[in-house]
Amino acid sequence: MNAPVVFEGIGASPKRKEDLRFLSGRGNYTDDINRPNQTYAVMLRSPHAHATIRGIDTAAAAAMPGVVAIYTGADMVVGSLPCGWLIHNKDGSPMNEPGHPPLAQGKVRHVGDIVAVVIAETRPQARDAAEAIVVDYDVLPAATSMAAALAPGAPLLHEGAPGNVCYDWHIGDLAVNQAAFAQAKHVVEFELVNNRLIPNAMEPRAAIGDYDRSTDQHTLFTTSQNPHVIRLLMGAFVLQIPEHKLRVVAPDVGGGFGSKIFHYAEEAIVTWAAARVNRPIKWTADRTESFMSDAHGRDHVTKARLALDDQGKFLGLHVSTTANMGAYLSTFATSVPTYLHATLLAGVYTTPTVYAEVKAVFTNTVPVDAYRGAGRPEATFLLERLVDVAAKQTGIDKLELRRRNFIPADAFPYQTPVALQYDSGDYQSTLAQALKTADWDGFEARRAAAAAKGKLRGIGISTYIEACGIAPSAVAGALGARAGLYEVGAIRVHPTGSVSVLTGTHSHGQGHETTLAQLVTDRFGIPLSQVDIVHGDTDKVPFGMGTYGSRSLAVGGSAMVKAMDKIVAKARRIAAHLMEASVDDVEFDKGTFRVAGTDKTKSWGEIALTAYVPHNYPIEEIEPGLDETAFYDPKNFTYPGGCHICEVEIDPDTGIPTVINFTAVDDVGRVINPMIVEGQVQGGIAQGIGQALLEACAYDASGQLLSGSFMDYCMPRAGDVGTLSVATHETLCTHNPLGVKGCGEVGAIGSPPAVINAVVDALRDYGVTHVEMPATPAKLWHIINSGRQLAAE
Amino acid sequence: MYDFAYHKPTTVADAVKILAADSDARPISGGQTLLPALKHRLNKPTSVVDLSGIAELRGIKRDGNKIVIGAMTRHADVANSAEVKAAIPMLAMLASGIGDPAVRNRGTIGGSVSNNDPAADYPSAVVALNATVVTSSRRIAADDFFQGMFTTAMEPGELLVAVEFPIPEKAGYAKMRNPASRYVMAGAFVAKTGGQVRVAINGAAACVFRQKDMEAALSANWSPAAVAGVKQAADDMNSDIHGSAEYRAHLVTVMAKRAVAAAG
Repeated sequence: MNAPVVFEGIGASPKRKEDLRFLSGRGNYTDDINRPNQTYAVMLRSPHAHATIRGIDTAAAAAMPGVVAIYTGADMVVGSLPCGWLIHNKDGSPMNEPGHPPLAQGKVRHVGDIVAVVIAETRPQARDAAEAIVVDYDVLPAATSMAAALAPGAPLLHEGAPGNVCYDWHIGDLAVNQAAFAQAKHVVEFELVNNRLIPNAMEPRAAIGDYDRSTDQHTLFTTSQNPHVIRLLMGAFVLQIPEHKLRVVAPDVGGGFGSKIFHYAEEAIVTWAAARVNRPIKWTADRTESFMSDAHGRDHVTKARLALDDQGKFLGLHVSTTANMGAYLSTFATSVPTYLHATLLAGVYTTPTVYAEVKAVFTNTVPVDAYRGAGRPEATFLLERLVDVAAKQTGIDKLELRRRNFIPADAFPYQTPVALQYDSGDYQSTLAQALKTADWDGFEARRAAAAAKGKLRGIGISTYIEACGIAPSAVAGALGARAGLYEVGAIRVHPTGSVSVLTGTHSHGQGHETTLAQLVTDRFGIPLSQVDIVHGDTDKVPFGMGTYGSRSLAVGGSAMVKAMDKIVAKARRIAAHLMEASVDDVEFDKGTFRVAGTDKTKSWGEIALTAYVPHNYPIEEIEPGLDETAFYDPKNFTYPGGCHICEVEIDPDTGIPTVINFTAVDDVGRVINPMIVEGQVQGGIAQGIGQALLEACAYDASGQLLSGSFMDYCMPRAGDVGTLSVATHETLCTHNPLGVKGCGEVGAIGSPPAVINAVVDALRDYGVTHVEMPATPAKLWHIINSGRQLAAE
Repeated sequence: MYDFAYHKPTTVADAVKILAADSDARPISGGQTLLPALKHRLNKPTSVVDLSGIAELRGIKRDGNKIVIGAMTRHADVANSAEVKAAIPMLAMLASGIGDPAVRNRGTIGGSVSNNDPAADYPSAVVALNATVVTSSRRIAADDFFQGMFTTAMEPGELLVAVEFPIPEKAGYAKMRNPASRYVMAGAFVAKTGGQVRVAINGAAACVFRQKDMEAALSANWSPAAVAGVKQAADDMNSDIHGSAEYRAHLVTVMAKRAVAAAG
């Protein structure tokens, strides 16, 4: 007897196919891979933030047991690690783009910069030898903060970047903007910091270089979110290896959050060196290396002014941001504070004019690049704090101020003054649903009850939008992107009817092996168990741009739909031939081909088999086989949005803030797997709460990383997150075939301002308008204590 | 980790013999501090002397008006001990809050006390309860034992064997955890034993210390209100990216107040 058929298509929540493998220790991560005759690499890293290298003595190290080779910058003279996005200055000139050699060329610019690589038979031997290398450093003064780097007479990091400036960019019409401020009844001015974060994926980065001298074929196994992009960047720009001689494999990857998008020096070093020593080379970061070499996130300082009329309508917004690039330009660093940040500054509001200028700055710190949300959390934090400050200054209720300025649900498509055109959304509805779930109206009673226990309770709200599913290639190209941003999906129907999907996206925790398979199950009517998602190998998948910016479903899933369209079209022609009917009369539904209005049917399996065993086949009209590929280039970004509400309680004696509950109502478009969406949003909120309350990357003035381990860098734990209530409110994306928008980043984008607005609300009696992130116990206690002292005076 | 020789003696005498013969040998109990240091190559001992094979170092017993805890007794064992819970419940509570379950199932009282990490939990109990530290060669009063950051009265080659805790009339402990590491940022152990009040502060300064103003206040009036008005001077408090000296000094008073409340 057959098992009952369980619906596993769009809208169902089957358990994640990949989890059995992950939870039972059967995952295959880069460090699990071992190649015959493999050696091990250890990177010798600079202990100084800024120094010239007068000499490197490797003689003693080279003679140590097990050492195969030692290379320095003098040996490895190759191309620069490239930056993928060209930004132009206000005057139209291109940004300053200093080189980033994989191995330091005479100078180090941050603690962790790579000075030499030691390759040995074992990892301990490589480490022993690395300690025996003598580097003669001439230590230079360091510029660790943006303020220090921009100060007159600051230490200069790169000859090609005077004043340590990468670019000074702007967007918007300044004259129109100034005119709006001239008419304003209220002008709200505000300055804030978006704190620097360290990503800390659970799996540290790793890379294995392998070389086959019989075919001159290079292989790189790496912890990457986008193996084809790495192949392109490393092959074309750094090592000059053509694509057909370079394979990049990104197997199971244990979390990325953006930090594994970028092309890193270690990937180029092991690939290059493996060909030199003619043996495979494995490098695996330890946690300390991760802290000092994974690209960090955020790190903006922003001054903003908001103009309002007498009714509280927003007339104009003016934003000046300085953004820390770190010591070198990481792959997409330049796009984060510009096209992923400034273009979002209209938010969910009808602000008619927005002007933003962004100055990007080099400092003696780890490079900074995209981290979950990338630019959009910075924009959202600024806007949603600014609206609360404006509410306080104008005396208009903070909900009412938002409602008065929302883009109405009937105004879509809506063209913002900062380039983007939003396709859909319903901000009044997500707000109303969140207010009800969070029992906003009952808050003052809860605040009073908390006060009776000696606790300070606050409630905070954030109504946000983000742009993801990045993006039309032509638009990205016009904005400076040096790559296309389409996606590839290949649907391979096997002779017995099972399906392999080759996708250019990459799963590193998101659950693609389930969600993407559900699309196939839904369309072809075959069980989930009959569908495998293949990703992460440039020799298997035709091409791809990878996973970031919540793009996998909106762009990669849409490419799959296009390929499935082709499959169904061809399968109907085969079915028509077998049933001696006209193609136009053949219907396909739930795995069955039927001649409309008759009982003549053919099953999915019969058609698949016929395609590969074409004995009775329209061979004059169509080729055998059932295997189709599609490239999909979206027409627009997608625009998820929603409302987050946070309630916190602060212990005034210790300053400890506790998240009591957190409500999220997110519009992520059509939901394919509600369980996975809930998990994605929960994870994003945990990271947002981490940024708001816990996580602080700290350098001292000499450039040493003070928060260089989990002893000092505080990651969110389960107990820090409180009770999460996560729900969705769908409006469909209008321009992709699935109607999906994306859910990977909304949690991290919407939540930080909700948390800080709640903290500020809790401290409303202490004369506070803002608390910088993270709102640590010590910081909050100092505010409370000085507030008490003010009251006492 | 660098290479080292490994010894696993079965008696205290044998362990002491190995340690005395080699000043670069290090004893290892639960390994919760030494192992991370070895992994980071911050420590390069010639040999590691594993104490886990020494049965006489393990166990908890009541001896008259004292609880005697062997050096190799794990935090989880102290936390779950019926004797400790009955005699000094606050000591069991302290042990149940050290680190996380993995730490409590490996870490030992002897390792914690002899390491004297300023942010460790046990030293505050040892001082406030006026415990006696028993070593392989002598008995050391709590007030003489802890001498500074990671420094104790023990000599090279001397091994901590047991800690003897007099049973108090009242005892209470409260701490604020460092948000990142969860080590103690400021803690207070208060106790009244034989009519004598002692207050030990951990986490806040370079070494556990007695807060004598609070002891005087509590001697006069055992109540949270009595210590609430006693301010800790910020001068010798730690200051780092997690909190200023002023904040820690404030926390000392808050934790002392909570400890007294917990003691009842």
